[in-house]
Amino acid sequence: MKILNFSARALALILAGSLAFPAWTQSVATTYAIKGGKVFTLTGPAIENGTVLIRDGKIAAVGAGIAIPADAQVIDATGLEVYPGMFDPVTQIGLNEVSAVSATVDVSELGDYNPELVAATAVNPASAHIPITRANGITEVIAAPGTSGFDLQSGGLIAGQASAFNLTGWTMDEMQINRSVAMVINWPSIQTRPFDFATFSIKEKPYADVKKEYDKSVNALGDWMDRARHFAQAKEKGSPAFYERDLKLESLVPVVQRKLPVLVIADEARDIRNAVDFCTKQNLRMILGSGAEAWKVKELLKEKKIPVVLAPTNRLPEQEDTPYDKPYTEPSELFAAGIPIAFSSFGTAFSRRLPQYAGTAVAYGLPHEEALKAVMLNAAQIFGLADQLGTLEPGKLANIIVTNGDPLEIQTQVRYLFIKGQPTSTDNQHRELYEQYRKRPQPAR
Amino acid sequence: MKPTIFRTAVLLFAACMPLATHAQNPGTVFIQNATVLTVTHGNIEHGSILIRDGKIAAVGADLKAPEGAAIIDATGQYVMPGIIDCHSHIAVDGSVNEAGPAVSSMANIADVLNPDDINIYRDLAGGVTTANILHGSANPIGGQTIVIKLRWGKPASELPFQGALPGIKFALGENPKHSNFPTPPGLQPRYPATRLGVEEVIRQAFIEAREYKKQWDDYNQRKAAGEQNLIPPRRNVQLDPLVEVMEGKRYVHAHCYRADEILMLIRVANEFGFKVRTFQHVLEGYKIADEIAAAGAGGSTFSDWWAYKMEAFDAIPYNAALMAERGVIVSVNSDDAQEARQLNQEAAKSMKNGGLSANDALKLITLNPAIQLGIDARAGSIDVGKDADLAIYNRDPLSVYAVVQKTLIDGQVYFDRQRDIAERATLAAEKQVLLDKEKKAAEAKKAEENPEKKPETKPDKKKKPPQDGGGAVARGVAGGAL
Repeated sequence: MKILNFSARALALILAGSLAFPAWTQSVATTYAIKGGKVFTLTGPAIENGTVLIRDGKIAAVGAGIAIPADAQVIDATGLEVYPGMFDPVTQIGLNEVSAVSATVDVSELGDYNPELVAATAVNPASAHIPITRANGITEVIAAPGTSGFDLQSGGLIAGQASAFNLTGWTMDEMQINRSVAMVINWPSIQTRPFDFATFSIKEKPYADVKKEYDKSVNALGDWMDRARHFAQAKEKGSPAFYERDLKLESLVPVVQRKLPVLVIADEARDIRNAVDFCTKQNLRMILGSGAEAWKVKELLKEKKIPVVLAPTNRLPEQEDTPYDKPYTEPSELFAAGIPIAFSSFGTAFSRRLPQYAGTAVAYGLPHEEALKAVMLNAAQIFGLADQLGTLEPGKLANIIVTNGDPLEIQTQVRYLFIKGQPTSTDNQHRELYEQYRKRPQPAR
Repeated sequence: MKPTIFRTAVLLFAACMPLATHAQNPGTVFIQNATVLTVTHGNIEHGSILIRDGKIAAVGADLKAPEGAAIIDATGQYVMPGIIDCHSHIAVDGSVNEAGPAVSSMANIADVLNPDDINIYRDLAGGVTTANILHGSANPIGGQTIVIKLRWGKPASELPFQGALPGIKFALGENPKHSNFPTPPGLQPRYPATRLGVEEVIRQAFIEAREYKKQWDDYNQRKAAGEQNLIPPRRNVQLDPLVEVMEGKRYVHAHCYRADEILMLIRVANEFGFKVRTFQHVLEGYKIADEIAAAGAGGSTFSDWWAYKMEAFDAIPYNAALMAERGVIVSVNSDDAQEARQLNQEAAKSMKNGGLSANDALKLITLNPAIQLGIDARAGSIDVGKDADLAIYNRDPLSVYAVVQKTLIDGQVYFDRQRDIAERATLAAEKQVLLDKEKKAAEAKKAEENPEKKPETKPDKKKKPPQDGGGAVARGVAGGAL
């Protein structure tokens, strides 16, 4: 790795690993030029020997032969590749430190209807997961309440609002991209053989009973939306005397006004169909989350223009007779059907596996360029953040990764990381422990 | 989780799948023109492998196909040794945990092998040919374990890896002390509830086993000396496996996380004169790699799992590489039917995290687990005389883009991607027939129950098909894993 034209400060920043937290100098205007690399803008063909100019946290210019201002700190990316940072759109990062230790987990609240809860409230900027995740090239994520697969709480039907943020910063205010990007709805599933944790066994339930419970849940969801609509009307037309303040209904108003999308978590085809039906009737902007059997309802999703945030590619098929490779081929099938897709970890510790999920989909037919978009750009589009993120274009947030190769390939290293236009460390707890114990002397015998 | 009708169909069609997939003559097979990743003696470009009677008969760049051999043309493809998963819970009928007693050594996973578990086929499709099927981790001393080959379609009796030593699962830390799941209502919490107690349970069990062994040794000695009318000691099925451990006839695979508990078990093992064969998970193994190496134990770990519980908070993705650097025989395992499908990808992570060479990364899922399971004379590399257990990929298996094309066990093709794809339509049609049949039967039953619409002839009482769903789901959730 060659570094030319480097100020002592920048050198220290990037090499010394002293960036356990970045020199976060939001107020200081700083200019950087990443030059000499192959630049993948995701808006057109890659630019050989390109330059990305960063000023005041944003991308100022991208191209070949761009003049580098005298005050710019130059990062020599010769032989390296430059991409937009990766975006993991459904995680519990910041809300979940150690899954099994409930004191460290703020993912799933009690109660079934909690639209007023916002993930950003409890995102811990000092979480060890943040530097570990970004070291693998993920520069921004969405934390979504009620979506944890590991803890036993369901998080309710309306789990709360998901928040988008950059993976660096001293406080959530500094990290936040958008406090509310979606309302999370865990679609009720018709489960005739649910697992009962009290007895650690399967409890058989008659279909009629389960269906009754299901209908009740869906009716209740509909009631909430109707009440939110009435609440909005009352608020709009009447004086404050006509309505009492209601945090839950207030939070649902942007949902029923189609200003805020609903991220509906559903896997089985029947559940997805029901959810689409509900959102159509309620006139909501639906994003499908997880969607293990989305491949069975491609036409419907295409017709209703519903994007899919996909559960990890590396998962088992839904049913015993589902083709063994269906989770691997699903992304390419959905893409071919014209459905926007984004990869996601739906987790915390596995957020760093995001490029692996996309890479596996490429192995099974998804065009490589589309896979790049599905980890860098598409989530930004799906969640309404593409004006700020997702491509290397002037005016966008400078969330950029510089790698020594294909970012979807397992062995590829992230060499430089820029978040909000600041060089950001790839150092983390794991590397520190590695270095520490690597130096352990042989014990005496 | 799923309607009964699907289960039925699946069970039926799963059972007839093997007929279609590998009714092949195992005689002579010739794999030609591949990049052969031998693991023990380099990579051979445009190499061939000759298989005779299930064994590798020759490997090289200048082999000629014998007449009559079944040819597998692997032009442009990569052949590596079949993947060996040193920590698996597939092919188990029901739960993997006998979670009552703290010492459940009498329970044996070999008794509950389920050859119809679809995960056998799925893992096979991920290049896995051999798996160490472990009991769960609910108890300091868990149940007996067995090494199997993923001979999909064969009965349970033909799954075991003949000649591989059986094992026993031990477990340290949060799981045996029941940290992360509640005591069922109405029950007392079970001892032990601390790591202190976990050690005590293991020591106490071995103290009893040593006494028991002594009784048998005395008896056998006196019998051999010709003494008459001896009464043999009473057989104790809980202690028998522990005696086998002390005699080196059974391997200990110890689930563990923290450095302190690993050192604890090394001390206990030394006290009773046995060796821990593998430390499983061993996520803090990198902290005490020298001690593990000195104890002659292997380390079988995850690539990059961490933070799912407190004892996994210091886990690092450099664990495998760092332990290997310090001389521990290291494998990367799955503990999970899905993770097993991508062990090639997981192994590749140790190149990125810790700088292992490509060949050393491959060893993590081939030769090293073979050594750990004591089957390296038979498996783990592409060498003459070894079992022809092979995985064929369309490109370098350490790439995320590699896709398994064929998996061979004992020279037989047990998985073939093209055949799998080609058979999908037939199987779907077959399933539809079964679904229709089931539907008809359900309607007939309904008619029978409703006297007003009584059919002219009573349909046969349909025998209820076996239900295996409970186990699959319980396994997924309770796992014993982790």
